[in-house]
Amino acid sequence: MKSKGSDSQREKVIVIPCSGIGKAFGSISRDATYEIVDNLRKDVTQTLCLALLVSGDEESLQLVRNNKCITVDGCPLQCAEKKVKLAGGNLAGSLRVVDAYKENRHLKPRSVTFLDPDGQQMALALAEKIAKKVDDLLEGH
Amino acid sequence: MADAQEKKVGIISCSGEECVEGTISRVATRLVLGKLRPNETVTICLPLFLAGGKEEREFATDYPTITVDGCDKMCAKIATERYSGKPASSIVVTDVTGNWYCSRLGPRRKLDEESQAAARKVAEKVAHEVDEVLERWM
Repeated sequence: MKSKGSDSQREKVIVIPCSGIGKAFGSISRDATYEIVDNLRKDVTQTLCLALLVSGDEESLQLVRNNKCITVDGCPLQCAEKKVKLAGGNLAGSLRVVDAYKENRHLKPRSVTFLDPDGQQMALALAEKIAKKVDDLLEGH
Repeated sequence: MADAQEKKVGIISCSGEECVEGTISRVATRLVLGKLRPNETVTICLPLFLAGGKEEREFATDYPTITVDGCDKMCAKIATERYSGKPASSIVVTDVTGNWYCSRLGPRRKLDEESQAAARKVAEKVAHEVDEVLERWM
């Protein structure tokens, strides 16, 4: 019988934002990810550097191949999703800020460097969706 | 050759998600773009650049670039060299801050005062490098 192992050995869901820098949506993808990994689901998730993964870092490659991954992309180009797929990662979910925007059209995030209140609110809304996806994945759905 | 009106320097930050230095690289880049050298610089979205963005790669081939990396793994610099050419200058946050390590438990989401000061310091260094690059370009 398999041991459940310690916390550090348990399966984690890897949440990877695009962190696009040109528009607020990239910052929202990043902020929503931090809300998950530092707050909402901090014991069962972690993030990694997308650029490091793309550079071929072995540790990052193993992490995305051996754990379920959720990508969080700012725009429809979905760079994070593409790169995780290309790395042979175990892509289990893919969310887009642009979809959160469609569901929260009253919010008008503009600031990129530091999110304004609308951007923060959208990041929280997106984080709730990511949290639900994380729970589904850990329950085996 | 680009004429005087087209002279721009591309700033490419790693925006590494794991450590606070990645956030510092990102904030410093935005400070240069928004405040310190708004007319002389543009940024290139690294994930799009990495994903094969044609415009991004062409820009980085035709115009000088400055990479801003959080740690000595220098992902932005390596990617720029791989896909477009050697950057005119490359800056590493940990070199500027004097920390030799990438701190994974720092306030990476919302920079504290110390990290904001580091971001300003990095931004000033980038701005200085922009001036140097433009001077060489004259």
